[in-house]
This record gives sequence, structure tokens and C-alpha cells, in this order.
Amino acid sequence: MHYSKLLVSGLAALSILLSACEGKKSTGIEPKDMADALHLVMESDRTVYTRKIINRLSLDEQIIKASEHWKDDKALVLPAQMFRYGAEMAAEKGANFSYSLLSLWPINKQNKPKTEIESIGLKFIVDNPGENYYGEEELGGTKYFTAVYPDIAVATACIKCHNKHKNSPRSDFNMKDVMGGVVIRIPLKD
Amino acid sequence: MKLKGSIKWIIWLVFTLLVASYLGYRMYDEDKTLFLPGKTSHGHHQIEMACAACHTDKFGGKKVLQAACMKCHGEELKLADDNHPRSKFTDPRNADRIKKIDALYCVTCHVEHKPELTGVMGVTMPQDFCVNCHYDIAKDRPSHKDLPFTGCASAGCHNYHDNRALYEDFLLKHLHEKDVLSEKKLLQRNLKLRLQTMPSYPLKEYPLRSFTRHEQDAPPTLSTDGKLLDEWYQSAHAQSGVNCSACHNIDIDGKSKKKWLEKPDQKICVNCHKQENEDFLNSMHGMRLAQGLSPMSPAMSVLKMDNDSKHQQLSCFSCHSTHRFDTKYAAINACLNCHADQHSQAYKHSLHNKYWRMEQQGEIKEGNGVSCATCHFPRHEQKQNGKHVIRVMHNQNDNLRPNEKMIRSVCMNCHGLGFSIDALADRALIDKNFTGLPAKHIKSLDMIERRVEIQRIKGNKKE
Repeated sequence: MHYSKLLVSGLAALSILLSACEGKKSTGIEPKDMADALHLVMESDRTVYTRKIINRLSLDEQIIKASEHWKDDKALVLPAQMFRYGAEMAAEKGANFSYSLLSLWPINKQNKPKTEIESIGLKFIVDNPGENYYGEEELGGTKYFTAVYPDIAVATACIKCHNKHKNSPRSDFNMKDVMGGVVIRIPLKD
Repeated sequence: MKLKGSIKWIIWLVFTLLVASYLGYRMYDEDKTLFLPGKTSHGHHQIEMACAACHTDKFGGKKVLQAACMKCHGEELKLADDNHPRSKFTDPRNADRIKKIDALYCVTCHVEHKPELTGVMGVTMPQDFCVNCHYDIAKDRPSHKDLPFTGCASAGCHNYHDNRALYEDFLLKHLHEKDVLSEKKLLQRNLKLRLQTMPSYPLKEYPLRSFTRHEQDAPPTLSTDGKLLDEWYQSAHAQSGVNCSACHNIDIDGKSKKKWLEKPDQKICVNCHKQENEDFLNSMHGMRLAQGLSPMSPAMSVLKMDNDSKHQQLSCFSCHSTHRFDTKYAAINACLNCHADQHSQAYKHSLHNKYWRMEQQGEIKEGNGVSCATCHFPRHEQKQNGKHVIRVMHNQNDNLRPNEKMIRSVCMNCHGLGFSIDALADRALIDKNFTGLPAKHIKSLDMIERRVEIQRIKGNKKE
């Protein structure tokens, strides 16, 4: 809950910052800086949740399990779901950016790359460890600055779950592998 | 010539004024049929005269309508873990999808005032809403190859919004269950606990206890009807500490002195039963009252109703008599007083009713009989003031359409998942009030079982 609040308030603050900057082009923050800042918050919160909540409680201390069907199973929300719920909440609040967690090996097939930049970007971050991918694309008549950041296996829980899931197309992930990517889009003004 | 011209003008003016007055009168009259562009759907026809319920602004189009949809249906979509929330489609990566079907707005699929397009679910639905995004599903699920693209949501397998009883892992968890489970799980109510945890119940004034018949606190000057007293004495109210004065001795506006009311109306019930009232106002029984219209009556229904009851007006007292509040009467006879469709009329000859009668005779355990309310006013557990209480859902439409919503809240209390899915897909069986076995078979459980088996074989080969 704290994680979700922290993430949403962090994103909202950055979103306000972005809107404020849009009006003053000369001193405005660059889309790349904005996306990097957003990702820094996302990555940090996501790592904290995965390590200190999921890994600790479900694997190390075995107090409560984590499940995709957390409501039915009375379990912890999976890190990928936590990330998506935050993205959906930010969208509901009218954020002027969007973000999602995609992968070349997604458990949910809706999370495979869909646009050209997503495909190129996800492949790039796998082939070039430690690097991000930046580009521009036009979707639905709007031009976007799109950034793709590597999403790395930071806890045993990540690889354990993805390697054994019946819908996972890959079962040989190791710690510190790039498992997917965080895609952030910021609309560009003409 | 000039006079003739003036007369024409006067006639035109008078005619215009008459038409304007008539339209104005009709606009403010409860009957606004004149302005209806077409009959509304099953779910909205009760309130079709309250135009402003949906058309909250003359301008604004889809956005205004969307806000109105969400005002009434937003919460239930959230509770149903809506699989396709709006926020999924505001993501620019889905811009190509909303170009084909604008999933940002409910009215893209569910159009009102188009009875000729309204389907069995009571709403209009395009036929291709799944295939536009999931056209390549067979790549991932070979079992779906060659399935008709119109069948995803109409064959009992998937639902666009609510898949709580249909998702893959849930099906897997409930494979091979018996048609009738050996252990029934019908929840039992406890009014005392409910009162204890009810925030609005005046516990200090009316502590929990059972009254004897002579402990009634009606003013001695009042001649009391023995029959009414008996009814009260046998009620759950008398057994839980609710005396006559709790409902009759009322401070109506919250400022004046308490006054004895001989016939308090249903607003009195709301003092304690806030949630039940909220459910009622959300239901087809109460939604007219929620919109400030006259109460719903069977005569207004599009379902087949009993002729003798057609002009009754619905309130709490239609199902719960004023002193006895007989929940057993409310569970069956209150419904059958009005509802005269095939499904309702078949109930008395159904196995469900047979078990209900056996339960009343003490021949089988409590919770094994099935009344109308068992399915349409289901009980559910809710945490209130730190305690788990069993509540009765008073919105009978909450689990009605699509009927798969009933699987978890009702059917699976006694039946296996596979049997429940098949039974609810068989319209003829529903009409017979589930007397007999399902003639239809939905293959979703077979498909998932086969898929897991294939994966197991593949896994073994890898090892």
C-alpha cells in the first residue's frame, strides 16, 4: 500500500513538474531527463517491493505466498501486477505520460512488444546490458518520446516464478538477467 | 388583405404557443415517452423517463454519458476486477486498437434506445469485439483454432468484464468436481451479530436481548392489535432487542421531539438498514426511487407478471411484512406474488424447492434448501467493525447478467464448477428452474485440462 502511494505520488509530482515545464520551453526539462527520473522512481520502488516484501515474505520467511490471483488466494500482489496497477491508477488520474512492463518472453502475451520501437528497444537492452534505449514514435496521431529501460532479475522470486510458470515462454532465467523492459512514453509537442 | 395576413400570423403564433406549452408540459411531466428516441434496454427501461440520469448535460456527448455509466456501474466493475478497464486503453500502445473499437467509452459497445440491436444480455454488443485484439489467440492456444470469432463471450467461456469464475487457474482448481457437492456451503445469518456491528444501530437504546410478548413498549393508551403483536414477537426484531418504539417512536427530522407514528414508511427501515436500502436502490426494484420517480410496480416490468399484483408499488414492505419481516416469506412467496415467467412458475416443481420444503420440515440440515432468494438475494460475508458478518445482497440484479456472475456467489455453494457453467448455459434448463440435467456442455474445462496435459508431456520430454 505504501509502495503504491509512494509510486503514485512520486509520479504525480514528476508529472506536475513536466506540465509546468511544457509551458516554458526554454527552461523545460528534456523528455529524456523526465523519463530517466520517472524510471529511477519506478525501478527503486519495484526493487524494494520485490526484495523486501515478495522475496522476504514469500521465500525467505515463508509467511505469505505471492499469487497472480492474490484476492482469491489471499496472497501478496505480484511485482508485475503492482507495477501495472500503479500505471493504471496514474492513467486514471490523467497522467500525461504512460508506462508499462513488457518483455520478449512475457507470461501474459499482451505484454509482448507491439510497436516497432518496443521490439527494437527490448532487443537492444538485452543485447547491450546496462544500456537504455531511446527513440521517437507516432501512435494514434500523437508523437511520443519513448524510452526502454532494462528490467532485471533482482531477487530469486523473479526467476523462480518466471521459470516455472506454465505460460512462461522461457525457463532458464538467472539472477541479474534482463527479463524485460520498462517502456515510458511522453507525448511530444509539435 | 392585411387583416388576412394578420390572422395567419395570429394562428401561427397561437399554434406555436400551444405546441411549445404542450412540449414544455411533457418535458416536466413524469411521462416523457414523447422524447424517447427508442425504447431503452432491459436494465434501464425502469428509469427511461429520468432522462437526466444518463444525459446529465445537453452537450459533451460520449464523455458525459461515460461519467453517467461509471456513476452507477463503476463500483461493480471494480469489484468484478474488470479485465478491460478504461486505463488499459488510454495507453498509447493501444491507439491502433481503440481506432477499431473505442474501448474508452461504454457506449461504443452498449448503445441505448436501440431495442432492435439489444441482445440476450440486455445490452447491445458488437460481434467482433474480441477478435480485433485477440485475433492470433490460436498461436498461444491451439485449441482455439477454427473457433468462431463471435463465440468467445457467448459460449459460456469468457466475459469481457467479469471473469472471476472463468479464469484459467480457477477452472484448473475446480476440475472434476461432482455435479452436486457433498458439503453445502450456504452461509447462515446472525441478526444479533449484524446489529452489533451495524454502525447505525442504536445499541445503547436497544441493547441486544430477546423480548417476551408482554415487554412491548407501545404507549399503554394505544389499543394494540394482538395479531400485530404476535407477528412482532415472532420476528427477528423481537428476538434481537428491537422494540416497538425503535420504529414507531421517531424524531423524523432529527431536531424535534420524538413522536409516535402509527404507520412509519420505509425511511424508518433505512435508519438501521442503510446498506440494504442502498442495494435496493441499485436494483431493478428500487432504481426508480433512486431517480426520484414513482416506485416500481410489476405493471411497468417487461417480464411476465401476475395480473393481480400488477399495480403494487415496491418498497421494503412488499417483501417483508411490516411486523413479521418474515424472511422465509420474502425468500419465495413475495417473489412469486408478482413474478409469473416460466422460470419462476417452474420453481414450485423444482428439486430446489423440494429441498427447501424438506429443510422447513426439519428433514434435512439447515442451508440445504434453495429458495428464490438463495440465488437472487445471495448471502455473502463482509467485514464490519472488525467482525465477519453475513449479509444478504438486496440488489437482485447484482449477479444476474451475464448469469456467469452467479457461479461463484451462488451455484458453487452446492454444485461443481463444470456443472454450474453447463447449467447456466442451458436456457431451456433455466426455464425449467433447473429440473433435469444440463443438455449443453461448455468445453472450457476440457480445454484447460488438455492444455495442462500437453504441457506435462512436453515437460517430461524435456527432462
